[in-house]
Amino acid sequence: MTTAGLLLLADSRLPSGGHGHSGGVEALVDRGLLRSVEDLAVFLAGRLATGAAVPAGAAAAGCALAGGAGPITWEVWDNAVSARLPASATRAASYAQGAALLRTASLVWRSAGLVGLRALPKAHHPLVLGAAAAAVGAAPADAALLAVHHVIGGACTAAVRLLGLDPLAVAGVAARAGKAAEPVAAAATRAARAAVATADPRLLPADGNPLHDVLAQLHRLKEATLFAS
Amino acid sequence: MHRDDLLTPAPLTAAPAGPLRVGIGGPVGGGKTALVAALCRALRDDLSMVVVTNDIYTEEDAEFLRRHGVLPDDRIRAVRTGCCPHTAIRDDITANLDAVEELVARHDPDLVLVESGGDNLTATFSYGLVHAQIFVLDVAGGDKVPRKGGPGVTRSDLLVVNKIDLAPLVGADLEVMRVDAEKVREGRPTVLTSLREQPDAAAIVEWIMPQVRARRE
Repeated sequence: MTTAGLLLLADSRLPSGGHGHSGGVEALVDRGLLRSVEDLAVFLAGRLATGAAVPAGAAAAGCALAGGAGPITWEVWDNAVSARLPASATRAASYAQGAALLRTASLVWRSAGLVGLRALPKAHHPLVLGAAAAAVGAAPADAALLAVHHVIGGACTAAVRLLGLDPLAVAGVAARAGKAAEPVAAAATRAARAAVATADPRLLPADGNPLHDVLAQLHRLKEATLFAS
Repeated sequence: MHRDDLLTPAPLTAAPAGPLRVGIGGPVGGGKTALVAALCRALRDDLSMVVVTNDIYTEEDAEFLRRHGVLPDDRIRAVRTGCCPHTAIRDDITANLDAVEELVARHDPDLVLVESGGDNLTATFSYGLVHAQIFVLDVAGGDKVPRKGGPGVTRSDLLVVNKIDLAPLVGADLEVMRVDAEKVREGRPTVLTSLREQPDAAAIVEWIMPQVRARRE
């Protein structure tokens, strides 16, 4: 049962708003900074080395919290995610996808963690992903990997749609990035477990990349973009 | 894990509640935006309306609608579809649901129009997003389009064949289009019109109004 639920959460066909977000790819494509399959691989290597740890850690924490006993102060953890997304555009993208996934997950799975997140005015996507992972019986390490899987998948799909890249070649890029993501997710899981064990969200990963944030902000100000982020 | 005692009943539902939501879809250039504008002009004095657009929406478009007094800008929301308009109205409707619900909460409208981005003959709306859908074709796309079918032509609740004034210019046979549409639509209505020559969209207004009233009761 756990594996089937996990596969559903990994499937981009699960309605969760992701198809409208490029994870920063459109802003780069618009400026000619990402033009090829090779560029995409470099971009993903950069994301894995920096910002991907944030959703990975938050998803692992969300899963550990939702899978544990006792009340959860989701607001504190949600604020911790906001603090790790310095651009308001990336916070908005995370909240929009969090709302979308929470809408679907709340209809599909019954869980106290998801109910708790619905009490927030807005909930960041990786926390929702983590709580949904807990609802299907998955572990924090699975949730972290799911989060990075969507970072990779969203960027790859957007690159195919925007540039007409060879989707078979991009599948190869995604597979290699997925392998590289495993230690990233594992490290983020360790940090998240420590954060949850000590009830200290400051221990969550806080890696970032200023160019990514600046471009996200410029993208949000630009009219007539195809992807929301 | 399943601590049911802690759960409040989930009021979320996949079926749309609230005011009538009508989807307007169809290929590029058929007249979806023209129909939205015509319906807004025809109905805005009698109804409170909001519009969600999935088309590439620019400040120029907003300015066009403002200048022509179609709807104030705060009654229009644009959804970014990630190059995939049919996904946003059919497979993953979450962004559109958010946009609709936000407009409904803000304006308490009688009618919500959801305009698709221009797409192909197979693009239709999910009934988790809208109560009814209009598919708009134009005669310049060729008179064989109704015969080709596809879910937009066959299953939409109302088929609008627009720009009939162009039929003689593009060699389209309107009678062929009407008969072919009738054959595949199993009794669902088809309207042949020219929104340029009949900007009041009377036949479409006549189709929508009973549904608006039914949802309000």
